[in-house]
Formats: sequence, C-alpha cells, structure tokens
Amino acid sequence: MVERITPLLWLLFSAGGTVAALLFPVHLFLTGLAFPLGWFEAPRYEFLHRLLTHPVTRLYLLVLIALPLFHWAHRFRYTLYDGLQLTHLTALIAVLCYGAAIVGTTMTAYLLWTIP
Amino acid sequence: MSAEPHYTLYHPRWYRRRVSVWWWLQNRSYAWFVLRELTSVFVAFFAVVYLWQLRALAQGPEAYGQFLARLKTPLFLALDTVAFLFVIFHAITWFNLTPKAMVVRLRGKRVPDWVVIGSNYAAWLVVSGVVAFILLRG
Amino acid sequence: MPSTVALTVARYRPERESEPTWETYEVPFQKDWVVLDALNHIKDRLDGSLSFRWSCRMGVCGSCGMKVNGTPKLTCATFLSDYLPGPVRVEPLDYFPVVRDLVVDLTDFMRKLKQVKPWIVRREEKPLGEGEYLQTPDQLDTYKQFSMCINCMLCYSACPIYGLEPGFIGPAAIALAQRYNMDSRDEGAAERLNILSEHDGIWQCTFVGECTKVCPKHVDPAGAIQQYKLTAATHWVKSLLLPWGTR
Repeated sequence: MVERITPLLWLLFSAGGTVAALLFPVHLFLTGLAFPLGWFEAPRYEFLHRLLTHPVTRLYLLVLIALPLFHWAHRFRYTLYDGLQLTHLTALIAVLCYGAAIVGTTMTAYLLWTIP
Repeated sequence: MSAEPHYTLYHPRWYRRRVSVWWWLQNRSYAWFVLRELTSVFVAFFAVVYLWQLRALAQGPEAYGQFLARLKTPLFLALDTVAFLFVIFHAITWFNLTPKAMVVRLRGKRVPDWVVIGSNYAAWLVVSGVVAFILLRG
Repeated sequence: MPSTVALTVARYRPERESEPTWETYEVPFQKDWVVLDALNHIKDRLDGSLSFRWSCRMGVCGSCGMKVNGTPKLTCATFLSDYLPGPVRVEPLDYFPVVRDLVVDLTDFMRKLKQVKPWIVRREEKPLGEGEYLQTPDQLDTYKQFSMCINCMLCYSACPIYGLEPGFIGPAAIALAQRYNMDSRDEGAAERLNILSEHDGIWQCTFVGECTKVCPKHVDPAGAIQQYKLTAATHWVKSLLLPWGTR
C-alpha cells in the first residue's frame, strides 16, 4: 500500500528537505545555541504568544515542524533498509517511520489549533 | 518469429559475491553518503525540539521558562551543536544537488548549475535574515 | 619511471575453484600504456588463460569495464601511470555474476533495458513521403547528454542500491528511458512511466550519486533519475486531481 503513494511520500520528503535546508540552520542556531549561550536574548513568552495570534505564524510553524518530520521518515526508512539491509522488516520500518511523522504532525496541528 | 530466447538467469558456476552489511565503509563517497542520509535524524531531532517548545508555549510562561532552562544544560548544548553541524551539512548538500534534480529552462536553454545553486544560497540568506530579524525583536 | 609495474588480477576458473583468487603479474611499464594494454600483454606473453572483454580500445564501445583499484573504470581509458608505483588491482565489475576471470554476465541489464523501451515510440509513424521529423538544436539539447550512454555498466557497478536490490532497474536504463522521454519525436512517455514508477523503478534510488561520478561519458544518470522522479510525482498528482485529463 505504501508503494502506491510513493510519489506523494517523495514529494513530502523533498518539501521537508527544502524547509529543513532553508529554515533549520537559522532556527537551530538561535534556539539551540545563541539564546541558551546568551549571545542574544531569547524572545520573551509574551512576544511569542503575540506572534502566535497571527494565523500565518501558526501555518508557518505547522510547515516548519511537519514537513521535516516527513523528510526524516522517508530518508531514514531508506537508510535503515539499505544501510542495515533490514529488508525483511520493510513493512514495520515504513509503519514506524511514517507513523511517527503522522503522530508529530497531529500533535503540532492540535497544539496550533488549540492555543488561545 | 521464434519464441524469445531463454536465458539461464541462475547459472550454478557463476560467482556472485554477497554485499556486506558494511558496504558503506568501503569507499569514501559511500561514507559521506550515509552521513548525508543520517542528517535526517538531526533534522527530526530539531523538529521535535520545536514541537516541545510549542507545547511549552501552549502550557504557559513557566513551562516556556523551563524549556529555555533545559536548553541551557550541557547535554542539550552538546546535542544542539552536533545537530547544527549536521543540519548545515544537510543544507549544503541539498542546495548543491538541487540543479541536478530540477532542470530549469529559460528560453530553450538550460540555466547553468551555478545560477541555481547561487539562488538557493541567496534565498537561504534572505530567509534566515527575515527569521532572525523577527525572533530577535522580542 | 620504473620499467615494470605489478598487476594483481582477479582470477576465477569455475572448473577448478569455487571462489575467485588473485594472481600477480609483472608487466612492462610504458608512459602511454593503459590497463587494457597491460591485460593484453599478460594474455599475449605471460598467461594466455586470462579472460576479459575489450573491443574498440577508445572508450566508445563500453566493453572493457572493470574495477581498477576498487573503482569502476574503462580499462582502455585508465592510464597505468596514474597508479604508480602499483600494484594495480584489477577485478571484474561488482554486482554482476562473474562468468570467468574478469568477464561478467550482463543479461540482467539487457532485460531491464528492453523493459524501458529505448526507442522512439509513436502512436502513428509519419509516412516516408512527409519527410523527416524536424528538431531544433534546443530540443536536441534536452536529451543529448543522456544519449551518450555506451552501456558500459560502470554505473551499475557503482550503485550500492543495485548491489543491495538486484531488482532495481538501475541508472543506465533510467537515463536511456529519459533520453527517449525528452526526445521531441517520442510519444512513449506514458508507457515508460508504468515500468519506471514500479517498486523496482526510480523510487529505489536514494541519489547516492556514484553512478554519475564513474560515468566515462558524462551522462549524469543520477540527474536523469532525480528529474524523472519529479516528472513521475507531478504526473501522479495530476492523475489524482484530474483523473480525466491523463492519458
């Protein structure tokens, strides 16, 4: 069944890879390094909360989190399959990878929908 | 017309070497390839960190404060540094490979690779600048 | 410049051994000699039992593909001087069954090549009286690179996916399919799509890129495959959204 939607999964992988390539470096640099190390001041809660009131921000965050998760799912699935030659576990690997991406996306969408 | 010639696909005396599980260590290109593929793990890691931040924001200022504090711990600083390097590696390999995957034709002629790659990096700078500008204001 | 160089050659004689072995030969070194010259010297003067394929000795027939020091190469285009001081290791191409010594069986590729219909497919042939199919230089440019393939199989030998998944249709077959898909005279794209979008088609490829690196004719099969993934994915989306519009 997964094979029938392979083109879709590949498109998600490509979109996710582009999002990750363009946006993750700056986000990771700021949130993971610059803010914790004090090079710049981390955004305050009130500021981020205000940003979140804009629907554009919510859409942006959905794209920022969900698409790279699908990028990982597709790529990691092939890495396990080819790299470790786990050919007998293909169905299980596919379910676990895409399943995890779906769970992450659902959680993100739920949070973005319910934040006041 | 005679029937299709029947080729013996399995010949007992032909030698077939089994591909080792360590095939990706046999060759520098293969090793870089696997490293490139493993960047996806760190991409997922950071997506989860951002999801965690979103959850903290949903729960209130104290939760967000705890999130920020957790990111200052040595464990997360180390993880984030490694993740950052892998994400940069992903971005560079991704941009450099784009012209192979997407051939852009203008007025019948193929746009040269360096133009496509250069536009990718330019877009990267612009987008990063916009994001940084927004996040550094608060 | 030394006067001789050692060649360590893989031997496999199924009538007397069940596994390949190595034999080393001292071959005279000349500045302009290629590995094929050394192999021919061995066969002519040192060991007539050595079996290997070769033909044009100028890089257009695709017969002499072998692994030299672990990298797939055309032995007629690989200079001994690049491998000094030696020894130079010569083995048959990877991922194909070895028939004898340096000769591999290529039936699998031949079968896969036929599957992608590497010829101009037209719903109706133009009658001879109507003249030639006209094609501008720009139209030629879209597929010319992919037409340079000499079927030397170096790309299959470099592709780890082909090694891990023998059913994978492989770089050269896909590049040649693209050569015809992009040809303005061809109308067979839909037929090829069915074969290429199967499980063992383009989707097995993870863009390792080794195929393009080893290709002696700069065909860029990796590029052909990625471009075709986009085409196939776009076609899939279109067929989903507009089921009546597709052929």
